[in-house]
Amino acid sequence: MTITLSHFSAAVIFSFFTSIVFGITQKNSPREQFRYGLQCFLMFVGGVFLAGWLMWLIRR
Amino acid sequence: MAESPTDKVKSSGPATNRAEKSRQSASAARTDKVKTESVPEYPITTIAIVAPIVGWLIPGGGHILLKRYVRGVLLLISVLAMFLIGLGLSGHVYKPNGGDILDILGFVGDIGTGALYILARIMDWGSALSANAAADYGKTFIIVAGLLNFIAAADAHHIALGKKP
Repeated sequence: MTITLSHFSAAVIFSFFTSIVFGITQKNSPREQFRYGLQCFLMFVGGVFLAGWLMWLIRR
Repeated sequence: MAESPTDKVKSSGPATNRAEKSRQSASAARTDKVKTESVPEYPITTIAIVAPIVGWLIPGGGHILLKRYVRGVLLLISVLAMFLIGLGLSGHVYKPNGGDILDILGFVGDIGTGALYILARIMDWGSALSANAAADYGKTFIIVAGLLNFIAAADAHHIALGKKP
């Protein structure tokens, strides 16, 4: 079975699962874990957009 | 005028007190050290050794063993999904090697997936070397799945020790 993913969708899937593990392992209470996981996910995806715009600027 | 023996004792009084205090504090420090050494804050138990090993072999297994079912299942889903997506993207599974440093580190990351890695080697999954972007993503997914599983195993160890609820 072969999966085809764009760079962006691969980055979002990567961010999603990594954030779950970070949230569970780095914080104690379920509420803190959810908040930290969400924060990690937003930082990952925000980083993808930031890097994308930076590359667009460099290319111009 | 000659100094009387009583005066001598009086004059050496504060110095004697200081010496006595310092002896007492040194003795207290030694007692504290002995207490710390003899009774560790988080004693190593059998479960604290078994849980991370189970967690490494079966992603999330350490947490499930410690009755943290929701966390265990979420860890299992996350690590398993990353590993399978990595394989689906034609990611390479590293074999034990002593060559390039990046290949060695790739192997260290891959071995973190425990039983999944062993299964992949038995079934000969991820042995093909594809030179495309998707395969690069796949390789990264597999390595990161292993590294995340190492973190999860360490977390299971901390829970078993009582450092974490």
